[in-house]
Parts: sequence; C-alpha cells; structure tokens
Amino acid sequence: MAIDCLVLGAGQEIGKSCVVVTINNKKIMFDCGMHMGCDDHNRYPDFSILSKSGDFDKTISCVIITHFHMDHVGALPYFTEVCGYNGPVYMSYPTKALSPLMLEDYRRIMVDRRGEEELFTSAHIATCMNKVIPLDLKQTIQVDQDLQIRAYYAGHVLGAVMVYAKVGDAAIVYTGDYNMTTDRHLGAAKIDRLQLDLLISESTYATTTRGSKYPREREFLQAVHKCVAGGGKALIPSFALGRAQELCMLLDDYWERMNIKVPIYFSSGLTIQANMYYKMLISWTSQNVKEKHVAHNPFDFKNVKDFDRSLIHAPGPCVLFATPGMLCAGFSLEVFKHWAPSPLNLVALPGYSVAGTVGHKLMSGKPTTVDLYNGTKVDVRCKIHQVAFSPHTDAKGIMDLTKFLSPKNVVLVHGEKPSMMSLKDKITSELDIPCFVPANGETVSVASTAFIKANASDMFLKSCSNPNFRFSNSSAQLRVTDQRTSDGVLVIEKSKKAKIVHQDEVSEALREEDHIVSLAYCCPVKVKGETDGVGLIKLLSKKISETVSYAEIHESETCLQVGSFKGSLCLKEECVHRRGISSCSEVKFLCCNWSVADLELGWEIINAMKQNL
Amino acid sequence: MELTCLSKGDGFHYPPCHMLNLSGFRILIDCPLDLLATTIFSPVPCDVGTEASAYPTPEEDDAQNPLQKKQKLEERQMTPDDLVCAEPWYKTVKALHLWEVSLIDIVLISNPMGLLGLPFLTQNPRFCAKIYMTEATAKIGQLMMEDLVSMHMEFRRLHGPPEDSSFPWWTKNLDGKDVPALLKNVVFGENGDDLGSWMRLYSLDDIKSCMKKVQSLKFAEEVCYNGTLIIKALSSGLDIGACNWLINGPNGSLSYVSDSIFVSHHAKSFDIDGLRGTDVMIYSGFSCLQTAEMTESDCISTISENNDGSLAASLLDNEESLEELEKLAFVCSCAAESADAGGSTLITITRVGIVLQLLELLSNSLESSSLKVPIFVISSVAEELLAYANTIPEWLCEQRQEKLISGEASFGHLKFIKDKKIHLFPAIHSPNLITSWQEPCIVFAPHWSLRLGPSVQLFQRWRGDPKSLLVLEDGGISSGLGLLPFRPISMKILQCSFLSGIRLQKLPALVSLLKPKIVLVPDVVNQRINLSSVKTKAILNYSENMTLSVARVVDNADVEIMAELATKLSWKKLRQRENFGIARLKGDLVMENGKQRLVSGLDQEESSGKARSLRHWGAVAPETLLDALMKMSIIGSIEHSRGENGAEDKSIIYITNPSGGMIETSEMGTTIITDDKTVASKIFQAIDGLLDGL
Repeated sequence: MAIDCLVLGAGQEIGKSCVVVTINNKKIMFDCGMHMGCDDHNRYPDFSILSKSGDFDKTISCVIITHFHMDHVGALPYFTEVCGYNGPVYMSYPTKALSPLMLEDYRRIMVDRRGEEELFTSAHIATCMNKVIPLDLKQTIQVDQDLQIRAYYAGHVLGAVMVYAKVGDAAIVYTGDYNMTTDRHLGAAKIDRLQLDLLISESTYATTTRGSKYPREREFLQAVHKCVAGGGKALIPSFALGRAQELCMLLDDYWERMNIKVPIYFSSGLTIQANMYYKMLISWTSQNVKEKHVAHNPFDFKNVKDFDRSLIHAPGPCVLFATPGMLCAGFSLEVFKHWAPSPLNLVALPGYSVAGTVGHKLMSGKPTTVDLYNGTKVDVRCKIHQVAFSPHTDAKGIMDLTKFLSPKNVVLVHGEKPSMMSLKDKITSELDIPCFVPANGETVSVASTAFIKANASDMFLKSCSNPNFRFSNSSAQLRVTDQRTSDGVLVIEKSKKAKIVHQDEVSEALREEDHIVSLAYCCPVKVKGETDGVGLIKLLSKKISETVSYAEIHESETCLQVGSFKGSLCLKEECVHRRGISSCSEVKFLCCNWSVADLELGWEIINAMKQNL
Repeated sequence: MELTCLSKGDGFHYPPCHMLNLSGFRILIDCPLDLLATTIFSPVPCDVGTEASAYPTPEEDDAQNPLQKKQKLEERQMTPDDLVCAEPWYKTVKALHLWEVSLIDIVLISNPMGLLGLPFLTQNPRFCAKIYMTEATAKIGQLMMEDLVSMHMEFRRLHGPPEDSSFPWWTKNLDGKDVPALLKNVVFGENGDDLGSWMRLYSLDDIKSCMKKVQSLKFAEEVCYNGTLIIKALSSGLDIGACNWLINGPNGSLSYVSDSIFVSHHAKSFDIDGLRGTDVMIYSGFSCLQTAEMTESDCISTISENNDGSLAASLLDNEESLEELEKLAFVCSCAAESADAGGSTLITITRVGIVLQLLELLSNSLESSSLKVPIFVISSVAEELLAYANTIPEWLCEQRQEKLISGEASFGHLKFIKDKKIHLFPAIHSPNLITSWQEPCIVFAPHWSLRLGPSVQLFQRWRGDPKSLLVLEDGGISSGLGLLPFRPISMKILQCSFLSGIRLQKLPALVSLLKPKIVLVPDVVNQRINLSSVKTKAILNYSENMTLSVARVVDNADVEIMAELATKLSWKKLRQRENFGIARLKGDLVMENGKQRLVSGLDQEESSGKARSLRHWGAVAPETLLDALMKMSIIGSIEHSRGENGAEDKSIIYITNPSGGMIETSEMGTTIITDDKTVASKIFQAIDGLLDGL
C-alpha cells in the first residue's frame, strides 16, 4: 500500500495551490487555486495530468478547499464548470460563505478593469458554490464507504482549516495555510495528535523565525500615524477579507485610544459587507473576540467609512483600504498611480506579494519608478512600509507542528525553493523524518500504514489482561519482561479471516491432536543417613532453590514440581528411565519428567540434584 | 451491555434518563430536572396574600356525615392554600441518587433540558466522570440554568432568607390526611420514596464549576474515551444542539436515539446516515406516549416491500414540519387578534427554537400589518441568547444556512431589535422597562411552570382581562396544579403542543431504515405499536428502574495487527494441513481509538532469538526417526510393543551410541529418556524436524 502525492500547483513556489493525493486508490484534491502572478494558461493547475479523457468525476473522489484565498480557491469554478468536475466539494462554513465574494471580486477586476477574456462567469461561480458541502470543525465526514475527512482550525484567515483524510488505515494531513500564534481576531492552529503517514505542510516562511509581533504592530501603527499626521494619505492594498479586518481592528482601536479624527475608508461596499459575515461567523474567531462579542461586536468599526472615487484627489490626510492586495490590478493600483508620486504618502503592504505583481516589485529593493501592467511608468516617491506580521506560521511553527504530529513523511509545498530546501534538511536531520520538496507535476510516493484484521478468542484477550512476567538473567542483570501476547498464536486458514487464539486453543483451531514431546529421567540422589521420602524432597527442594534462580517449587509429600518439571520418589527396583547406576542403600531415585518448554530448567534441576551424589 | 432506565421523563422539558454499562464503563445519559413538580409551590409567598378567600373553604359546606366528609376530602377541589408556601426545591431523578457518583465514568447530555440537573451531580466532590455534550447544548443549557438561578434568586428576594436546612422542612405538613392526593403524589411519589429526590437549587458558582468539567463537541465530532470508546454526537433535530449518540467500542456499536425531529425549521435536521447499521439501538422516545395517537390501524404493514429510499422519504416528508409552521402561524394570528382587541399576549414558551421562530414570525406579521404592538422579551439571558442564535449557522437547518451564504442573519429578530420593535429586558424591574412599556403588547417571559420569573407577575396582572391571551406549552401545566393559584382566570388560554419527538407510527420505518441488529424499546412503547414487521435480530423491552442485559452481538473481538509486525512473525507451514499458517505472536496488545491493536513491542528482538517449538502435532514414525538420528551419528534399535488390550501402540528406540538412552513414542506423545543433555537435545532436534510444531 502506498500514498501518492501529486503536486499540481504550489510546488516549490507560492500560488495556485493544488495537491492531489492518492490513498489506497482514492484520489483527493486539496485546494484548487490560481496563480496571481501569471496571465497565461499557467495561472491554473494542469488538470490534464489527472485525466487525459477529462472525466474527472471518475478519477477524483472529492475536492477539499482549505480557505478562501484566490491561490487556494481561484481555479475551482473553472474546474467544476469548465472542466466539468461534478463530484463533492468540501469547505468550511466561512469559506463557503466568503469564497463567492472573493471570486466575484477577482473576476470583476480581471474582466472589467484589465479587459481580459472571461475564464468563468458569475453564473459559474454561483452554480459551483451550490455544489459545495459545508464542513464544521472536527466534524467527521464519511465521503464514501472508505474515505473519511475531518477539518481542524488553521487560524490563517477566517474559516481556514487543516484537513485530515483517512482511507482504510492510511491517514494524511494537508495543512493549507496556517498560523501557530493567535492574532488580532483569529486563534492559533489547533489539531489533535494524529497517527499520520504523511503531512503536507505549507512553508511560506521556511527559514524566518519571528519574535513577538507587538513591536511590529506598533511599527505599522506609527508609520500610518506619522503619515496622516504629516497630512499624507496612507494606502493599504489588501484583499477584501482577512488582513483588511485584522489591520482595521488594529487601526480602529488605535484611533479610539489616540483620539485621531482622520477618516479610514474602505474602497468598496464589498468589504463593509464582508464585515457583516465576520459578525455572523464570530465562532470562528479567537477566544478573546468571542467573549467580547455580546457587549460589542469587534467588527462594528467606529471610524470606518465608505470610499468614493472622487475622494482620490480630495485634499487632507486619510487612510484607505483598497482591493485587491499585492497591487496586482484594479482599484488599489489605480489609487497607487495617483498617490505614489507624493513623498507625503505611504503605501503599507500587508502580507506576501506574489512575484510579478507591483507589490512584489516595491518590496524587493527601493525602485524609483515602477512599470504598470499596461506599460505606463509611475514615479515612486512615497514611503513604502512592509507590514511584517503575517498570518502564516514561521519556521519554528512548522517545526513545532511537524514534531507534534510526528508523521512518517513530510511534503513541503507553498514556499520558495531555497528556503524550503534548508527546512527540508532541518526536518530530516533534527526530527529524523523523511521530507520531500516536489516541484509542480512531480509525484512523491510513500508507504502507508496497514493493519491486518483478525478475530481474537476470549481466552487470548483474557490472558492478555493478566501480567505474564518472564524473568531472565542476562549478564548478571535481572531482566523482567511482561510478554502478554507471546501466549497468543495467529492462525491463518486459506480464504478465512485470521484468528488469534491462546496457545492452549491452537490444536482445536487446527483440528489436530497434540503430540506431547517430553523428557524423562530417573535421577539418582545420594542419601545421608536415615532420611525418609518427605525429608528427602524437602532437602532437594532447598538445594534446587539455592542453585536454580527464580524457581517456584511446589512440594507435596514425595513429589516436587517446578514449572512442568515433575519429580517423584521412585520405589521401583528396575525403572526403565534409570540409566547406569543400580540401586543401593545410599542412593534413592527420583523419577523425573518435564516438557520441552522447560528443557533447560529440567537439566539445571537434574544437575543440582546430582551434585549430592 | 446493560441498560437501566432511571426515569422515562415527561415530555420535552423532562427528557428520559438512563444508566448504561458498556465495555465496563458506566455511562449516564442526561441528567434532567422535573420542573413540572415545582408547581406544588405557591408562586407568591403566603403572607403577601392571594385571593384565596374567593374560594369556598371546605368547612362552609360540611353538614354531611363523616364518611361523605372523608370522601369529600379526597376529592375536594384543591385551593391555592394547599400549595406549599416555601422557597421552591427542585425534583431530580430519584433513581439517580441510588448510584454511587464516583462510579460514573461518562456523562452524555443530549440536549439543554438534560443538563439542568447536572450541577447537583458535579457538586459532589466524588464526581469524576467525563462530561460530553455539543457546544450549542452547553451554551444554551448554561444560559437556561443561569436564568433558572436568577429567577430563583428573585423569588428569594421576595420571600426572605432561606431556612438553613438540608432537609426539605416544607414536607413536614404534607403527610396529613387532608392533604390532596395529587400533591402528595408529586412530593412523595407513587411509592412514597421520592422525598430524597428533592434538592435545594444550585448556585451560579455550581453552574460555573459544572461547565468547567464539560468537554463540548461539534456534531459528528469523534471523541475517544480512554482509548476504548469512540463517542459521536449526531444531530437529532429536536432543538438547536440536541443530539443522538453513537458509541463505538471493541464489543460493537451502539446508538442511542431519543426524541428527535426529522425535519426541523430551526435546528439541524435528524442525522439518519450516521446511525445506520449499529449492533444495538436504544430507542428512548417517550414523548410519543403523551399524545393518544391511534397507531394500530395505520401501522406500516408494507414496510418489507419498501426500499431504503422510500423509507427515508416517508420519514423526511414535510407534512410534520408544515403542521408545526401552521401551529406557529396560528399562535401569531391569535396574538394579533388579541392585540387588535386591545389585549396583551403572554407567551411562556421557553423552547429556544420555538421562541426564535415565533419572534421572527410575530415581528414579520406585525410589520406587514398596521398594528403597532411592541414585543418584549423579559429574561436575564434574552440578550445573550438572541445574539448567540445569530452566530451559529453550523447548528441550524439548511434554509437558515443558506441565509448565511447570502449574507443575511440566521434569525430575523436582529433587525427588529435594532429598530426598537423588539425590546429586551433582563428582568421585570429593569430601569428602562417602565419607560418603554406600553399595552397591549406581546411578552415572552419565563418560566413556563408559572412559579418563577416574570411570567408570574404578568399572569397575575392580566388574568382577569378576557381580551388578553396566555400562550402555554402543552405539558401538564394546565391540567395539573399549574393554573391553580391564578384562578379564577378570564384570560384566554392557548395551549400549544409542538412536536417534541418521533411519532409512534414512524418508528417501524425508522428502525427498518437504521437496521440495527438489536433494538431496545420501552415496554410502554412496544405495547402501543406492533413492531413485528420490522426485520431485526431481536426487539427487547426495557422498563423504568429495571436493568436489562444484552449479550454481545459480535462473537469475537477484532484485533488489528500492524502489517509490519505481521511480516516479522515467524510463520510455520503445517505438513499435514497445507491450508494453515500459524505463528506465535509478538508485540504489545494496546487499545487505541476503540480498537484492539497489536503493535511492535520493545522486546521483540529478544524473543525472536531462540525460538523453539513448544507444541507439536502429528506422529513420529520410529523408522524415520532412527534414520534422522543416524545422520546425527546417534545409533539405536527399534522395538515395537503392543499396549495391553491393544489400546495403544508404542515403539521404543534404544539408543546405544554415543551414550545410553531410549525414546518412547506413541500417537499421544514422545518421551526422551536419557541423562545426557547433549544427546537429549539432538534427539529433540530430530523429533522437532519430523513433527509440526510451534
């Protein structure tokens, strides 16, 4: 049995996350994202690898989306509506509620503003979302008879989940994007200690380790404050959901405390509407937010207003949250075009910017001019602030999670190749877990756990509930082992289910008679003076206990017994078990018999008794 | 498995209570309170004075002979004076007190009503069980307990400080002859032994410490107890967060199905798929007994021909749920009518789902009509509960989940609260209540028992007004002592009986669909319906306060052997029986996730070193043995001897070289007789080679 992990996207890169895992012949697609930095056919995962004929319903058992970011859900309408996948799609309640907003927002930007050909329509989004089955955290869903899936809290954005999937005895976890520390409004990722064959983890920050984020939050607030205090305009390009809410909570709170009257704008009605969803999905936020929400819902922002296009050139300071993030297109880019030339202004870039976007260009180095997509150049004189706290876990978090779950194998996706390689080395060397970093289109195969099922007899189970201590003396050290299962015998009969029986039941299970192999010897013993049978036995028993360690001796009149070893005083003149020495007055005989199980023990006792001779 | 039904309960507000013994673990299912019993208390303390004088007292018309007088006493009409004038005590499940608290391993709470009695149990310092319930049950149940405590505190403020006694002192006057039998029955029980079940109410601290011990679950979340039992809560549809239970253990699976609603308009609907094909199903739906439904005639006789699809369809038809909606609409229209006539409506219903739906319907219908009637919700937990209801889309029915997707609130009350059409007040004496108060109005006020909370004062206020309306939940409140202290009543009374369980005639279809091997049904239910058409291995009856033992369904327990370990075992083929393969086991037997598993142990290396067969099968042919010995340069000669009476054939091989010895062999066994250890070992080796062994 093996698990195959085919990486269709986000292999050694960030963008278009899509991993197809085959566990015991069930194919599960995790995430179905698009690449924000690509304009050509490379923007979608290469689904043709999965099925040449395009019959995805037969090949894929289910699709699971971890969260609503475009690089995780962006290609879903394309896959279901254009490629024709009709099977089940799972996502968490918030993801189901918020994905259509993100998809629609992005589609509009692409089509309306950048004038691209439509890859999927609004109707596609709607019919696609109708196929989605919502998931609750920890709810165990039986997709079909063999495939079981379960979602765990991932903390990255509202409704982000890590997914556990199990087929038969083989199990994996796909983390999606996750955050191991609590932030303004979300809790930290939380997962049970599971037995896993494979962990597929994101690795956006595979080498960075971050300290407390409070200083960085303060830096951000001070940068924005300094800008508006100087009469400048602060632009925060972000996607409609997630970072916008977190940063806005931060600013709204700061505005209250510092009594700042500068307006905070949201670029479109969309984000205001998004806040509505946040209020209803409060149970997916952090404990802190949940406790406060009855008195005051923290997503009821006090200082936030809607932005109007005419305000772009309005005088006076302001803060603007504009979509989309990364300055990849649309309104945020338009505003950037107007505001970038002024040294008073500020552009604060939250989160990661995908290569190829304007955001990425601003972050890498200090450019004085930037090429926009349609060829126009813009002078950049404004200040650039990178918001350095991120909803992704850092290297320590990835290591902690990997250590906690202790999977048999790790696959890293969603990261940059050089840092992924160094994290891979760290995981292999420090945790001693095989780790893989496949590129797009590559498949990693790992072995999977399997159990053989057997019926166990009551006698065996009962014997297992009692201690079965074995003492052994190896190199002058007493070893005690408790081998409860060693009395058990596994019996396999052709075309029948395996059985586990107690060794006393084996003959019955085999429908055979026992053939007992034993040893016998009529052992001569020297007698001093007048000793009767009982006295002799006492004497011998003392002797045996001195020489044979851990022997449990039972005496009864003229017999003694140690384990299966039985010795009784032999009164016969001519015993067939006697060898060599004939009887005389000073020698008595003990007729001994023992089974092969106590082969050595028997000889030890015989030797002990013979010493008297 | 053993099931003891501790109480069959009484309707929605008093769910049944069971004790289950499963795989050696003791599981308590639900811990409710009999709140209907609190109606024996007077709603207002005696000294405040009621209109008791309006009743003819028995003394006024006792001109009859003593015998008649005695009869009269038993049958006489009860007066408010008969009610107990004291701070209320609360009646718990009697049989539960007979169990040692520390021996309970697990507590499962199926719905908020089943939680109300739990603090009495967790107060006990010896209590150490693990408590499981759904998140929504925990939240709503906690709010209901807090509300109960706050209403009780209110009563205490009126009544003065409590008597510091752990003995229910108020019962001392109740065993007199002239105490009505109805009252005695509630206090002392039918057998006169209920006295111990009366408890003084717990405090807020007790609730807090109780809830701290709770492990809350999501629907269909698997939780593993002690590595042995896997417990899963599956939606029952009865109310938000209410659930049925599925327990998987090493000895098979068990489902517990209590009062459920197949199609709900608020809560997530009944989860049928999760409960299919268990070994044992405990059916604990007692609420169907409350209605005198006719069942024999329309009992489903055609079940056997129906396939699963049509069975499911027959369960999930929306006839029932439409009926429920009609009932709700009727309540609304009645409330609107009385408002039209200038009367107020007092709604004492506290079922969360019903309240939420009524609020939504009422405010919508008031909005569309010209009536300007305010709606008040007076409860210490109203605000929190109503806010909570709009943050739990995961726990609601599909239509309400759809609302989340389209960005609307799950329940419609939010908008009306903002528009000041619904007013929320924590108590009747809240400072702002008097300023916004206006009559006629529609008021939602607990408690339904009419002994505690704002419902008492409001009922007192309007009972004489024939234009006003009291909306009651059906559940014995109107037939028993409930309305007694408020008589005479000119107010209109609307009694609503909402669906609170599985209809009796749907039971055969449900069992046929779920296909359990064994079904446990209350004897009172089985008497009412013919289940013989249902195909299961066995239908067993259980009754209150009796323990029913059920034998294990699966013959042998399953053990899973790790594949890696199985390949490491030393397998032996049998000469005589080629179909068999046998191997001695190694490793450790552990219990993981409800499964017995054999995994690689620590000391397997050592034991595999000197493996020697200890058990043998087959027979030793002396000639072949002699040949084998020859190869080891042991020389001997054979002598056959026939046993006496021809009973046993025996062969003896005399060994002459290298040392003396002999081998006796027969069908039964072989004995090696020698004093030479090395020779003995060699001979054994030769024999071992000829026999099948392990």
